[in-house]
Amino acid sequence: MEPFNEHKGLVIPLDRANIDTDAIIPKQFLKSIKKSGFGPNLFDEWRYLDHGEPGMDNSKRKINPDFILNLPRYKGGSILVARENFGCGSSREHAPWALLDFGIKVIIAPSFADIFYGNCFKNGILPIALNKIIVDEIFIRAEKNVGYQITVNLKKQRIYDELHEPLNVSDGDILEGLPGVRIDPYKKFNVPFEIDSFKKSCLMEGLDDIGLTLKNKTDIQNFEKNYQENFPWLKGE
Amino acid sequence: MASTLYEKIFKRHVVREDNDTFLIYIDRHLIHEVTSPQAFEGIRLANREIWRTESILAVPDHNVPTTDRSIEIEDPVSKIQVETLDKNCEEFNLLQFKMNDERQGIVHVIGPEQGSTLPGMTIVCGDSHTSTHGAFGAIAMGIGTSDVEHVLATQCLIVNKFKTMRINVNGALQNGVTAKDIALTIIGKIGTAGGTGYAIEFSGTSISSLSMEGRMTLCNMAIEAGSRVGLVAVDDKTIEYIKGKPLAPKGVLWEKAKKDWLNLVSDKDVIFDAEIEIEGSLIEPQVTWGTSPEMVSSITSKIPNPDRCKDKTLSSSYQIALKYMNLKPNTPIKEISIDKVFIGSCTNSRIEDLRAAAGIVGSKKIAKNIKLALVVPGSGLVKLQAESEGLDKIFTKAGFEWREPGCSMCLAMNADKLGPGERCASTSNRNFEGRQGQGGRTHLVSPQMAAAAAIYGKFVDIRELN
Repeated sequence: MEPFNEHKGLVIPLDRANIDTDAIIPKQFLKSIKKSGFGPNLFDEWRYLDHGEPGMDNSKRKINPDFILNLPRYKGGSILVARENFGCGSSREHAPWALLDFGIKVIIAPSFADIFYGNCFKNGILPIALNKIIVDEIFIRAEKNVGYQITVNLKKQRIYDELHEPLNVSDGDILEGLPGVRIDPYKKFNVPFEIDSFKKSCLMEGLDDIGLTLKNKTDIQNFEKNYQENFPWLKGE
Repeated sequence: MASTLYEKIFKRHVVREDNDTFLIYIDRHLIHEVTSPQAFEGIRLANREIWRTESILAVPDHNVPTTDRSIEIEDPVSKIQVETLDKNCEEFNLLQFKMNDERQGIVHVIGPEQGSTLPGMTIVCGDSHTSTHGAFGAIAMGIGTSDVEHVLATQCLIVNKFKTMRINVNGALQNGVTAKDIALTIIGKIGTAGGTGYAIEFSGTSISSLSMEGRMTLCNMAIEAGSRVGLVAVDDKTIEYIKGKPLAPKGVLWEKAKKDWLNLVSDKDVIFDAEIEIEGSLIEPQVTWGTSPEMVSSITSKIPNPDRCKDKTLSSSYQIALKYMNLKPNTPIKEISIDKVFIGSCTNSRIEDLRAAAGIVGSKKIAKNIKLALVVPGSGLVKLQAESEGLDKIFTKAGFEWREPGCSMCLAMNADKLGPGERCASTSNRNFEGRQGQGGRTHLVSPQMAAAAAIYGKFVDIRELN
């Protein structure tokens, strides 16, 4: 897994709540036994007007001109912004595989579904949960400014842009009152984000957590021995 | 210190603790064909071994055809995936119920059926509906493929502890109201993200009166409320269900286990991080009308008007959903007519579900407007049991198709799917856009409500049927 440190990229504002993993990568593409190649079928049912099946030449399919991923201004975007409960539904890791294969490095939303959130980290994608008002602000900025980019610094746990633009959200007072948030007409939009310290270090170092766990092999063996003595019916043969 | 059931089980499994990150030991690993191939490949590429092969039970369920299985799987891509599972199980010497084994079925049906699911266990599977097994007083949760590989290689998972939520449902349920209606009522109340970050324990007299099948239906849907873990405390019903199952402990071990399991309840005075009360006697049969399980109403209600939502995001979600579902605000649920019916899935395909549905069908026939009505038993053993009770005859005489076990039209990975615009009464768990086939429209209901919808061609209040 590639280490994640800082990422600057074009923002794609996908204005929907409860985007589920069936929408991110429809079931017919889960039949693959590989981890790569899912990008062209990311959001397949929203992105194309015809029905997609594995093995089709996606470049020849009829695209949905209204879908945000197909708008020229968002081409090459790597930071996806969405509404509440992103990634709900199935545990399929094909969802982060598809996002990564498409080129998404960061996902910002007010909240994420648990399994999807964890799956992102295993694949070098950084999911960031931010206060709803901050997400609203990013949506407005991305929609107003063609080519809108933000920078995500994982080490410092901060997100900022280069716009020198005052806040758009009417409840901006609340936003500026949030801890660590710095915004005024002369400074850059600059907000902090939270992340679990273990997940942060794994992502920053691009660590394989199986390798990490196996460093504790003796601990696991000792635990297992005791455990099977205490709960002998779970030993199972 | 007083502990919740979740905390008690969690504590037993902690191998290491580092700040808020825990390494926990996993007792049971269930595997199916869709989320495992890349994990086995990872094990091979890194030259690793599987830590404890006896902890694994594998079965193909998502891709398998529900029609004649004496012939090969028609879809070549599905076939490769099922064969890959066969190869992996052979290579690593794992217990697998292959497609034509009578014990084959949906992974969350066969685990409990075989006694592979036991109280106090940690159970994982690369499938979000693993929460089902929590009905037995176990911590059971869905994981992604990277974690499948992690458990294969280490028998452990790196996790954070969930917060705890107790949902108390008290009171006698009305006739015709099921665990499915309880689950949908809860999701309607707390939303699909209401349980995110929590392990939910379902408690109260309405829950303890449920059968084990009903408790499985309820815990199965915990993930639809955002919670990876749903739990019900162990009681005599739990013990009775497990007794004599093929993989359950026997003899002295059984007695020891039983004694331990009966302690698997939350302590009396324990405080949960969140507590929710629901009056069981007021729950009515539920029908979803939108594209998220939280978009749900009782059979006596009407479809809500998005314009009356105060929240902008919610209002826009409702509008998108109603457009997709081709439904108008204020339409009574009872006026929605349907094209197809699906009775099955890890939520509602157990013997009790089939008996309840058959009870509604009786000697009646499906309505003329129903293009297809499917009954897909959860396992080969459920199918055999149903056939021995003559349930298959009740269904087929009425015009239902009686199929082989698998996930089928719950997620439409095999040939069973909705066509664009088709409307389905389904006993499954997700009504997402395209879930049952691109452009398909899903209404989630209980098995009884689905059976009644097949007979009348539209949704009816089963409490009003004789």
